[in-house]
Amino acid sequence: MTAIKIDTRTPAERLRLIPFDEIVEKTAACCFEAACQLPADVLQAIRSAAEKETSPLGKGFLEQYIENAKIASTHPMPICQDTGFAVFFVEMGEMVKVDGGSIYEAITAGVAKGYKEGFLRKSIVRDPLFGRPNTGDNTPPIIHLTLVPGDKLNVILAPKGGGSENMSALKMLKPSDGRDGVVKFVTETVISAGGNPCPPTVVGVGIGGTFEKAAFLAKKALLRKLGEPNPQKEYAELEQEILAKINASGVGPQGLGGDITSFAVHIEQFPCHIASLPVTVNLNCHAARHAGFEL
Amino acid sequence: MKKLTTPLDEKTVRSLKAGDQILLSGVIWTGRDQAHKRLVALLDEGKDLPVDLQDQAIYFVGPCPARPGEPIGSAGPTTSGRMDAYSPRLIKDCKLRGMIGKGGRSDAVVDAMKQYGAVYFAAAGGAGALIAQSIKKAEVIAFPDLGPEAIHRLEVEDLPLVVAIDSDGNDLYKR
Repeated sequence: MTAIKIDTRTPAERLRLIPFDEIVEKTAACCFEAACQLPADVLQAIRSAAEKETSPLGKGFLEQYIENAKIASTHPMPICQDTGFAVFFVEMGEMVKVDGGSIYEAITAGVAKGYKEGFLRKSIVRDPLFGRPNTGDNTPPIIHLTLVPGDKLNVILAPKGGGSENMSALKMLKPSDGRDGVVKFVTETVISAGGNPCPPTVVGVGIGGTFEKAAFLAKKALLRKLGEPNPQKEYAELEQEILAKINASGVGPQGLGGDITSFAVHIEQFPCHIASLPVTVNLNCHAARHAGFEL
Repeated sequence: MKKLTTPLDEKTVRSLKAGDQILLSGVIWTGRDQAHKRLVALLDEGKDLPVDLQDQAIYFVGPCPARPGEPIGSAGPTTSGRMDAYSPRLIKDCKLRGMIGKGGRSDAVVDAMKQYGAVYFAAAGGAGALIAQSIKKAEVIAFPDLGPEAIHRLEVEDLPLVVAIDSDGNDLYKR
């Protein structure tokens, strides 16, 4: 007979305390790392694109990106001067308690510290329409917080530049538009963006959910390891079909012509209303930056 | 690779062709939308600009802050389309000869380039660390309140560029 182990601790005793300052420090370090260290999968995608690209100008740009990543990492210096809006995906165990403040305050303080001490560009204005005064410390961040079982804190930062974000799009398709409608909308969005989002891009696509959920899905899709297919076969095939259409367009690196306009198309799908078919496209430039930590 | 040094006169600019790869040296000026808006407002008021743009080149960039002892931080191009509303005026009224950025330009900009003699260069967007190595000196000369969007005077050496749209209107973004 197995003895049943009963946890006699009170709910308060079961909480795991994480010091506020520890999150601030880790977040600050994460901001600097994301700005300067291009993830290995992204660098690999650029290398392989540089081998395949047949346009001399396009190849030249891809080779500059490889050299740029090396300088950024060793100097160290930001890969791109647009060190972005600090977008966080946080999974917080329900047994975690931040000791000394809230998770939002801790991450915000970490962003202010990381952007200031790391000599990163402050790109956030307090009011979108009136005066547009810079907040001076790149806060506030965007924090997507999910509560999960357990006592761990997992933080991923994906700093988002304005050039590629500006080329993103959302369309509420009719269910009858179906698969073809999705292919058309995504392909046209990427091609009409031309050189503006700094191609080759990573194309995040959200299908389903509601208006705001679809936008979130497209952003989340950008976090997937580069080129890893959607686990569902129909969607994986759709990703390949859209990618082939985009790359047949000839937009190329920096929009100056070439074979490689996008490295990958990542689709995330979600159940949706019987009347709806929301589709979103969130573009990431070739410097698809992210970094993270777990506590 | 063709070596080019600023200032750029009309004859030199008219000799450049879309697709030419350039290494640019000399003094260039930075400006993004906010700075352009102020420059055009000064022109509207009939006032002098803080910098004489005749035969000069503007680089559309908002650099990262410089670390102590370094001239500048990461400094790649921003999306040029945001300057489309202002560029034709600077080309026409000030004889601005060169623009450096990323992404396509409007028909109005290309028309002004053809008529008055100006060229549009593409720099490698997202390669700010690499480009910063070509910038030897940087100082703010106007609108310091704009922070990274202030007008900087840059001294560059062999800045790698591509002629993306030439003064005949040949446009590598159009296929």
